[in-house]
Amino acid sequence: MKAAAQRRRNWAGWLFVLPAAAFYVVFVIQPLAMTVQYSLYSWDGIGVATWNGVQNYLRVFTDPDLFAAILNALKLIVFFSAVPVMLGLAIAATIRRIAASRLALVARTVIFLPQVIPLVAAGITWSWLLSSTGLVNQLLTAVGLEGITRAWLGDFSTALPAVGVIGAWVLLGLCTLLLLAGMSKIDPALYEAARLDGAGPLREFFSITLPSLRQEIGVCVTVTVVAALASFDIVYISTQGGPGNASMVPGLEIYYLAFSEREVGLASALAVVLTVLVIACALPIQWLTRDRSS
Amino acid sequence: MKTARREAWTGRVLLLVLMAATLMPFVSLFVTALHPSGSYPLGLDWPDDPQWGNFATAFTAARMTELLKSSVLIVLGVVPISLVVATMAGFAIGHLRIPGRRFVFVAFVLGLTLPFEGIVTPLYYLARDMGILNTRWAIILPLIGLFMPFSVFWMRAHFVNMPEELSESARIDGASTWQLFWKVHVPLAAPATSSLAILLFLWTWNQFLLAIVLVDDPLQRTMSGALGAFQGQWGTDIPLLCAGSLLILTPTLLVFLIFQRRFVTALLQGSLKG
Repeated sequence: MKAAAQRRRNWAGWLFVLPAAAFYVVFVIQPLAMTVQYSLYSWDGIGVATWNGVQNYLRVFTDPDLFAAILNALKLIVFFSAVPVMLGLAIAATIRRIAASRLALVARTVIFLPQVIPLVAAGITWSWLLSSTGLVNQLLTAVGLEGITRAWLGDFSTALPAVGVIGAWVLLGLCTLLLLAGMSKIDPALYEAARLDGAGPLREFFSITLPSLRQEIGVCVTVTVVAALASFDIVYISTQGGPGNASMVPGLEIYYLAFSEREVGLASALAVVLTVLVIACALPIQWLTRDRSS
Repeated sequence: MKTARREAWTGRVLLLVLMAATLMPFVSLFVTALHPSGSYPLGLDWPDDPQWGNFATAFTAARMTELLKSSVLIVLGVVPISLVVATMAGFAIGHLRIPGRRFVFVAFVLGLTLPFEGIVTPLYYLARDMGILNTRWAIILPLIGLFMPFSVFWMRAHFVNMPEELSESARIDGASTWQLFWKVHVPLAAPATSSLAILLFLWTWNQFLLAIVLVDDPLQRTMSGALGAFQGQWGTDIPLLCAGSLLILTPTLLVFLIFQRRFVTALLQGSLKG
């Protein structure tokens, strides 16, 4: 009797999930299925769609422009992910001992700012900093590097790295604070013991700090890699993928293909490839760095 | 002892450099905004005659009052609905132990890293067929769906840790599941829901892609989307663009500075869980 009531109640619990599931299915799962469906057709968004099989996918991988966009996204990982995580590790390890000081508390707020402002605003700000008369060139001139000044976002060879610098600036604060929070959970006795054994700061870092931060590093890498692969806002604002195609990324290419060039099928095939790429990168990182105890 | 002191000093210097690197772009933006409209100033030169009026001009040119109103309306649409719906789902999956909860949970978690670009094209046609294209609903409804994986994930993490006894004693007092949820669990979930509210506010306010794809009129978009349009319109007038960008940044900055502790904690926890 009691068990039956319990079971009925448990099934009734589904009513609580229903609204969330409805939003998720209608506005995420359904469009996801539609993306896959569109990707198999040739469609201009208005007329009749014609079956196209895997032709769109073949084009994504053989068209040099489209494939270059995917490669660019992978290159951005260096700037969006490798730089903030490694620099963040170095910074967090250095400021670990003074993490509770007043200066560090102020710094916590300040270095978090890029994470709070719209990416669009970061893009506009940096477009100005990196322009030919901007602050970056002014600083370079001041230290005698006048020779390399240029319009960083407008130059074929520097546009993509310049976009990467903007991403690194946005993500560095988040990574530093995440890693710092992880370090504060490490038992201080470990460090004292290491000191007594005569270990220097470097040894300390590689023997104690780094191994204890497995989970935090995993989070930083996942968040930043996804940000690099799915970048859109910063590129749209700062270079629009240019000059030429030099800083084109899949997210922006999808937008152009679907809404300017009216190649909905091709845009959708690229969207599927991007989605698979993001999941294929995020899942293994998560799995590798998962805290096995929990 | 000596090494410790030296390390503390290196740390302090590093912190100052890091803060300077973070703040410099904002300073440059501010200084540039004070130059005469239409000029091409150098990166960090204080103008001879600061044009404070640029902010007023940008305020009118960007139609800030309408933009603020639009963003607030969108946030008011997304955040409360998401909170209620996700709290209910998190409660059922994490606490009620409904049959098939594992399947439902995994289904939501799979959406966590989904890039918005992956579904934005069909969303356009979907919104068109629903007749909500170019209205704020075209941003609000999809965003609720897109934030659902994280919101459910977040609320479930809270409810898994709620002791079973709490509900049992309420049941003995004759509470239905519905009453149990609203009278006992919703008040206790306040810390989790308020952090989630902060995150959802921020992500909605800063949403750009959906805003530019689904809504043509900048005045019906989020702040971010409007800023994109503002750049398109005033991109050649650098001082005015800088003034406008600063104005559009201000609301998030203010909210951040007021709730900074909660913000930092929520965002750090948010990325840890995500």
